[in-house]
Amino acid sequence: MPLEKITRVVGRGVYVPGNDIDTDRIIPARFMKCVTFDGLGQYLFYDVRKNADGTDKAHPLNEARHAGATILLSGSNFGCGSSREHAPQALQKYGFRAVIAEGFAEIFFGNSATLGMPCVVASREDIARIASAIDADPSLEVSIDVAGQTVSFAGQTVKVEVRESARDALVNGRWDPIGELLEGASDAAKVANGLPYMSA
Amino acid sequence: MPKTLFQKVWDAHAVRRLANGQTQLLVGTHLIHEVTSPQAFGMMRDLGLKVAMPHRTFATVDHIVPTDQVSEPYADPLADAMIKELRRSCAEFGITFFDRSTGKQGIVHIVGPEQGITQPGTTIACGDSHTSTHGAFGAIAFGIGTTQIRDVLATQTMALGKLKVRRIEVNGKLRPGVYAKDVILHIICTLGVNGGTGYAYEYAGDVFERFSMEERMTVCNMSIEGGARAGYVNPDETTFAYLKGRPYSPKGAEWDAAVARWRAVASDPGCTYDDIVRIDASDIAPTVTWGINPGQGLPITGIIPDPQRATTDDERSSIVEALAYMKLKPGAPIKGTKIDVAFLGSCTNGRLSDFQEVARFIKGRKVAPGVKAIAVPGSQGVGLICAELGIDQVFRDAGFEWRSAGCSMCLAMNPDKLVGDQLCASSSNRNFKGRQGSPTGRTILMSPIMVAAAALTGSVADAREVFGVSQN
Ligand code: SF4
Repeated sequence: MPLEKITRVVGRGVYVPGNDIDTDRIIPARFMKCVTFDGLGQYLFYDVRKNADGTDKAHPLNEARHAGATILLSGSNFGCGSSREHAPQALQKYGFRAVIAEGFAEIFFGNSATLGMPCVVASREDIARIASAIDADPSLEVSIDVAGQTVSFAGQTVKVEVRESARDALVNGRWDPIGELLEGASDAAKVANGLPYMSA
Repeated sequence: MPKTLFQKVWDAHAVRRLANGQTQLLVGTHLIHEVTSPQAFGMMRDLGLKVAMPHRTFATVDHIVPTDQVSEPYADPLADAMIKELRRSCAEFGITFFDRSTGKQGIVHIVGPEQGITQPGTTIACGDSHTSTHGAFGAIAFGIGTTQIRDVLATQTMALGKLKVRRIEVNGKLRPGVYAKDVILHIICTLGVNGGTGYAYEYAGDVFERFSMEERMTVCNMSIEGGARAGYVNPDETTFAYLKGRPYSPKGAEWDAAVARWRAVASDPGCTYDDIVRIDASDIAPTVTWGINPGQGLPITGIIPDPQRATTDDERSSIVEALAYMKLKPGAPIKGTKIDVAFLGSCTNGRLSDFQEVARFIKGRKVAPGVKAIAVPGSQGVGLICAELGIDQVFRDAGFEWRSAGCSMCLAMNPDKLVGDQLCASSSNRNFKGRQGSPTGRTILMSPIMVAAAALTGSVADAREVFGVSQN
């Protein structure tokens, strides 16, 4: 199962401002009652995007000019809260391919990496610059160079950080460990055979 | 070289080193439930994968089962669909399912030990953060995400980085009226909710040596609330006595061989730890939380913190946020805070000994008017024994609702929920904002006895006073 080598993510961006955006904000707990992750995209940021009657609130994701954006920008400690994988899954199912933020919660970061969705750390100033460029021209192309750790937009390039373990996994197509784990199957069976409680 | 239990179990289950430096670790026992596994089975089907060792995965339903309705279809169609989906997946992949019809259903962390599936020297994974509970038996037990559930189903292994080990010794004697729940709340208050990041906790010392298995489970359960990915107690005679004769425990000649192996897996005298913390048992009081994480706790005799006294800006803002949410006044005693709901149950304190101990004290007494009190056995097995012993009737006579097994009011995924800003005295493990089902609902964590004292008096109370337990 060769995985895509995720060296670069190119697309339009959308800025959702705020710090400590937690997993419940990203996908409210009641939408966790699902048997597949497939439909989760529609509930992304549900409680901040929708009124109780289902009509739209003012939110960047509800603006037509940002439709089709694939790169999300946000503040610090993005994805804090629970360990549930529903949060990065909802972002990915909605159509996001990468997140640029000032910082990420540990488990969210790991879960996203395993889904092949880079979490890129940029400075507050650079995020503000990218956001204002997007605001001026929502059709602007934003390009994340995962391997080179830069983001380019509107003729400018800024330094960003993609943590080494995740970067290595993304650019070498190893972000989903299943292939490597399956390769170890016969070794695993040997170890299991040596353990009395597993062979019984 | 002397080794810790963690090191021995890790070495025995390490398959190989992966390209990213993590270890491919064999998962001896895999436990699943209805909330986090259906999507993993979906991924298996999409990728055309088979379950590698179906006899090493065990399933049950707990999070979303209603505890006041036992027959299907359940009122909530989504809950009903998730349970049917798990049933279908278990049948398709040949996995043992402790469904309600088996009489063995319950909270996954109560069912595993009860059935004798949880054993010393094993690795255990489950898509639930409180999997650390199983460490009470001297197992290395982790909570995992849904994609990792897929990995374990497909390969019986997962990719994992090694943890450091911190030994936490609690020595001396606990004071009367102080329970295992108080010990772990005290540890989390002392080391902080992130204090365990990167560590497995080894709990040891006089107090743990004397503890029953159920008490050890209560402590290991909340390791994750202190930031530790796993927590364990070295196996000993107490462990072996608990496991003897359980459905999945080794039998006959195998039993003796197993006990010999289990004895040998305990940490060696003289082994080195990455860190050691020592706590004096006599310093631990009945402990309750006042805030919105399990580390925001204080002795029942304590005063609600004042943000003015905070030493850092971060501390100040977290106190302000917690007090605003909890609607509590700084500087006031926590004792006497009015409660609306009392919840006795969960994977922390929903075991037989919890109900037995509380029944001893509430016999012949009544829940305060206006308080909704519910008691929820953690498994059908616990419920059955309570019924045989007449414990359920003691609770009913006192004015508690006695329910069937499940997670119930520990979280917001079944019909048992707080309403509005109700305040709940709870024996569960998380007091996060909205955790008990209402976005403004409030939770105070405490031991089962303290929940009972709160239920009977209608306010947060010192169980030692309410039940006349000497404080010395
Ligand atoms: S009782 Fe609570 S903490 Fe335990 S498994 Fe159920 S929901 Fe999770």
